Amino acid sequence: MTSATGRRIPDRLTTPAARALKSWEALLLVVAVAIFVLNSLASPYFLDPWNLSDASFNFTEKAMIAFAMAMLIIAGEIDLSVGAIIALASTVMGAAAAAGAGTPVLVALGLATGLACGAFNGMLVARFGLPSIVVTIGTMSLFRGISYIVLGDGAYTAYPASFAWFGQGYVWWVITVELVIFALAALAFGILLHRTNFGRMVYAIGNNATAARFSGIRVEKIRFILFLLTGLMSGIAAICLTSRLGSTRPSIASGFELEVVTIVVLGGVSILGGSGSILGVALAALVMGLVTFGLGLLNVPGIVMSIIVGLLLIAVIALPRLWTMLSRR
Amino acid sequence: MTLLKSREAILALAILLLLALIATRFPGFVAPANLARVLTDTSPLILLALGQMAVILTKCIDLSIAANLALCGMIAALMNGAGVPLPLILLAVIALGAVLGAVNGLLVWKLGIPSIVVTLGTMTIYRGTIFLLTGGAWINAHQMSAGFKAFPRMMIAGLPVMTWIALAIVAAVAILMTRTALGRAFYAVGGNPHAAVYAGISVGRTQFLAFVLAGALAGLTGYLWVARYAVAYVDIAGGFELDVVAACVIGGIAIAGGSGSVAGCVMGALFLGIIKNALPVVGISPFWQMAISGAAILIAIAFNATSQRERGRIILKQAVHRT
Repeated sequence: MTSATGRRIPDRLTTPAARALKSWEALLLVVAVAIFVLNSLASPYFLDPWNLSDASFNFTEKAMIAFAMAMLIIAGEIDLSVGAIIALASTVMGAAAAAGAGTPVLVALGLATGLACGAFNGMLVARFGLPSIVVTIGTMSLFRGISYIVLGDGAYTAYPASFAWFGQGYVWWVITVELVIFALAALAFGILLHRTNFGRMVYAIGNNATAARFSGIRVEKIRFILFLLTGLMSGIAAICLTSRLGSTRPSIASGFELEVVTIVVLGGVSILGGSGSILGVALAALVMGLVTFGLGLLNVPGIVMSIIVGLLLIAVIALPRLWTMLSRR
Repeated sequence: MTLLKSREAILALAILLLLALIATRFPGFVAPANLARVLTDTSPLILLALGQMAVILTKCIDLSIAANLALCGMIAALMNGAGVPLPLILLAVIALGAVLGAVNGLLVWKLGIPSIVVTLGTMTIYRGTIFLLTGGAWINAHQMSAGFKAFPRMMIAGLPVMTWIALAIVAAVAILMTRTALGRAFYAVGGNPHAAVYAGISVGRTQFLAFVLAGALAGLTGYLWVARYAVAYVDIAGGFELDVVAACVIGGIAIAGGSGSVAGCVMGALFLGIIKNALPVVGISPFWQMAISGAAILIAIAFNATSQRERGRIILKQAVHRT
């Protein structure tokens, strides 16, 4: 495997320190620090630990999904149904809570719904060989559509008090439960992608699925597992988001897919697959969180922020390409 | 070609079956006058699906198409408020739509950014721009001039102008796709980009033109939409891009590019339009519509994939993708 495709698989494990300094991750870190400093100069309320802790909700839920999405995109696939999976998982939990289920049952149902949705996507893509973009555009409207059928214009709001822990609880001082889940997820996905065989196979598939297949990698199985992981992380995000909001409407988490993909691309993952790192994605989540929080403190409305997110998404991909185009001339 | 023919025949059969099924529950639905109403109601979807078809044929996708519609519709309403005459408004929205499409097309052509990323971004940018223009305010019926609202509903030979426009554009696009060099280029670029290059076709430029066509149609539809429903605000046609993609996929436009017909595309849109209009009369909650169109997309792509699977071609497409 390594001799045939080794040249094309970026090996971040052995990157020399000098190259690491010039890497995308280093640039993101500089940007994050700069935004942090600018924000603390622009608003006197920014540096308050409790404010910062509140602000972390801006990115933790999306970032959890972004780690799994990053692996999926590195393998050359994409999942646009993540927001819809959250809506469906949240609806299932809401229905169970209305029927009197306790917190452990709700959590189990949230995770199971996420896994089931991921398995459905994975089956259609890996088993039947359908293109993931259309499959997940279809399931995006199927999953959210089921939520609309169940809820209509209503809402579930009767969640048990102990369920609030996931989205509103603190582990220690200002460290929220979600922040801990975010950190654990970053660690787990970092190890999975960068320190295991599985991770190397994901890169190999993203660079050349045909070559990967010829070198004995079970491409379909790995694609299926990646969709399963994305479903699972969406389920976890659904638990956190539902617990934090304390209510479920069918429009919950709409537009999440855009922000998750933006975080992944901003994190330096190539949209064509084959390269990227979990560290970059984590830093990109931080940058996005800081930007939206800072703009929020300056009273910028949400829809203007989404313009900025859209511009960011295009600019992050366009600028490096523009740069190489101009420097080649 | 026989396969293509049979796919459209199957779709036509499915539509007739659907109508028969609805007729058993509610016979009035299949009365000619009501079917004409369904056609009118589906006109915006047909117009956008035709544009989306051109884009999908060239291996791209345009998710910003509904946001483009909303922005052009708002501009039309604002221009009407400023007293601009209707013909000028029509020209302006078509031009603006084309420019918005050209932005997508240029990013895809000149910078080689995948269309899904470009249009996911411009989707929020275009819709956000409406907010920047209006501050979130609505433009309601009483703020629009009578002529502005009446034009799409004006009856000519029993059908409203909006329907006639849709029919005329269906005919025009059918001619474009089958009888012009550009139309054949759309197919060539999607069918085999390398071969297209050897045949002297610029892949990027063809994709760019597909985006411009889709944008211009979205711009025109923007005016029709706003005038017909007599309201313009940030969220009009929200999520409509999914219906448009669904119409194309159901109509047998291969998402890998290079195959599909205008007839299939129109039937795909009509299929969704009939379901949407039939749900309330047969007593099913309109909230079912989203799930039904999602399921329809999945069934359609599964069906199309099994009828055109070729192992060798898939490998070739991957290789093309990496260069």
